[in-house]
Order: sequence, then C-alpha cells, then structure tokens
Amino acid sequence: MAIPRRLFLALAGAALAAAPATAAPKVYAVTLQQMAFGPAPAGLRVGDTIEWVNNDIFVHSATARDKSFDLELKPKARVRMKLKQTGTIAFYCRYHPGMTGRLVVGR
Amino acid sequence: MLKALGLAAILAMGAPLAAQAQAAKPNDAQIAHIAYTAGVIDVTAGKQALAKSKDKSVRDFAQEMVRDHTAVNDQALALVKKLGVTPQDNPTSKALAKDAAAKLKTYAALNGAAFDKAYVANEVAYHKTVNGALATTLIPNAQNAELKSLLQTGLKLFTEHQVHAEHLAAGHH
Repeated sequence: MAIPRRLFLALAGAALAAAPATAAPKVYAVTLQQMAFGPAPAGLRVGDTIEWVNNDIFVHSATARDKSFDLELKPKARVRMKLKQTGTIAFYCRYHPGMTGRLVVGR
Repeated sequence: MLKALGLAAILAMGAPLAAQAQAAKPNDAQIAHIAYTAGVIDVTAGKQALAKSKDKSVRDFAQEMVRDHTAVNDQALALVKKLGVTPQDNPTSKALAKDAAAKLKTYAALNGAAFDKAYVANEVAYHKTVNGALATTLIPNAQNAELKSLLQTGLKLFTEHQVHAEHLAAGHH
C-alpha cells in the first residue's frame, strides 16, 4: 500500500514539475529583409509557432539543413510553422545560400 | 617653352579628366538608368542560360538571376515613376550594354559545358564589376534617399549573387 502511494506522489510531483513546460504556445516572428534573416527568438519551445515574415521584394525560402522544414516565402508573405522537435536547427535560404540562421528549441 | 609644354600637357589631360569626373558623378536619372541597365543585362544573360544550359545548378542560378533582377527592376521602375524621374542614357549605360551584347553573341556560339563555364565565369566577373560601381559610384552619388536605399538593397543582392556564382564556378572548373 505504501509503495503505490509513494509512486503516486512521485508521479504527481513529476506532473507538477512538468507543468510550466506546458504553458500556452507562443507565436514568434522572424523577419527577412535586406537579404538577411532577422535574429532568431530566444526561449523557443516545442509547440511554439514561428511566423516567417518576408519584407523583401525577393522570393526567399526558410529551409532547414536537417530537412525538417522547407518553406517558400514569396515577397511580402507571412508563413507560419509549428516547432515539432527540440534541438538546434540550422536554416538557410535555398535561393540565397549566404542567408543563414539557427533556431534553438527547448522542451 | 617648358611652360608651354606643361600647359599643353594639362590641357591634353584635362579633357579625359573632365569626362571621368562627369562619369564619376552621375545624377539620379543617370544612376537609375545604369542600375536598370545592369539588371536587364543580367536578366537577358539568365534567359540565354535557361535556353541553352542543361545543368541543374546553372539553371537554378540563372532562374534566380532572372527572378531577383526582375524584382529589383520592377521596384526601380515604380520608384522612378513615383519620383517623376526619367532614366537618362549615359556613357556608362552604353558601355555596359555594348559589352553585354558582344558577350551574348559570343556565348550563343557555345554549348554544353563550355557554355556553362563561360556563363558562370562571366557572372562572377559581372557581379564584381557592378558591385564595385554600386559601392564606389552609384550609391555615394545618389541624392534621393529611396533610390539610395534601393541601390543598397541591390548591392546586398548582387553580393549574394556573386558568392553564389563563385561557388558555382568552383564546381565548374
């Protein structure tokens, strides 16, 4: 009897500890202008949304080196994507490979 | 005698210097014309590459040149219309156009890998030349703030294109 109870408490504690991580997902903008990606937002978590905002007059792409995303960004377009994995994801523009950036996604 | 020689030398030098000074200090109407001409030249070269090349990386690059330079030139046209400026032909534009016409003709006779190599090598050289002109002449002399800003965007774009062309050239030895 004592053991399951302790186990239950431990599970409850773990659930409580995990609670802050399940805070409401946020939407962050990453702006592209003058042939460059703007700074990547800090504190990204799985479930958050990145909104790519292309302020240039050129077609760009937001393309992950690990191929986890590849979005075509028409001039003046805003395209949203949900973060599904943790880790550091390097990205670039397929059309202008000199344009690069990194997303750091936590749990 | 020496004095006379000196004066003649100065006069002889004077004409080209004046011409250079004029070329070095273009007005906004001339700057707009030069930038637009430079864009058209690269779009035309890109279209020639799309008609001739079968190499995917070369075709992708050419497609990018056509798309990006068309975008800048559309923006440039909208700007000169808004500003009420009529782009003005000038010796720099004429020299660019003449050189480009000769290159188009030369490259028309090339095929396959020979064409790809020549096109990419010329894209590297061309973007270098135009970047130099933008940085040292066109941007510093542009009076209108919007024109200056568009030229600065153009310089960033051309610089990126130059890097892309250099990468391609490294793979097309």
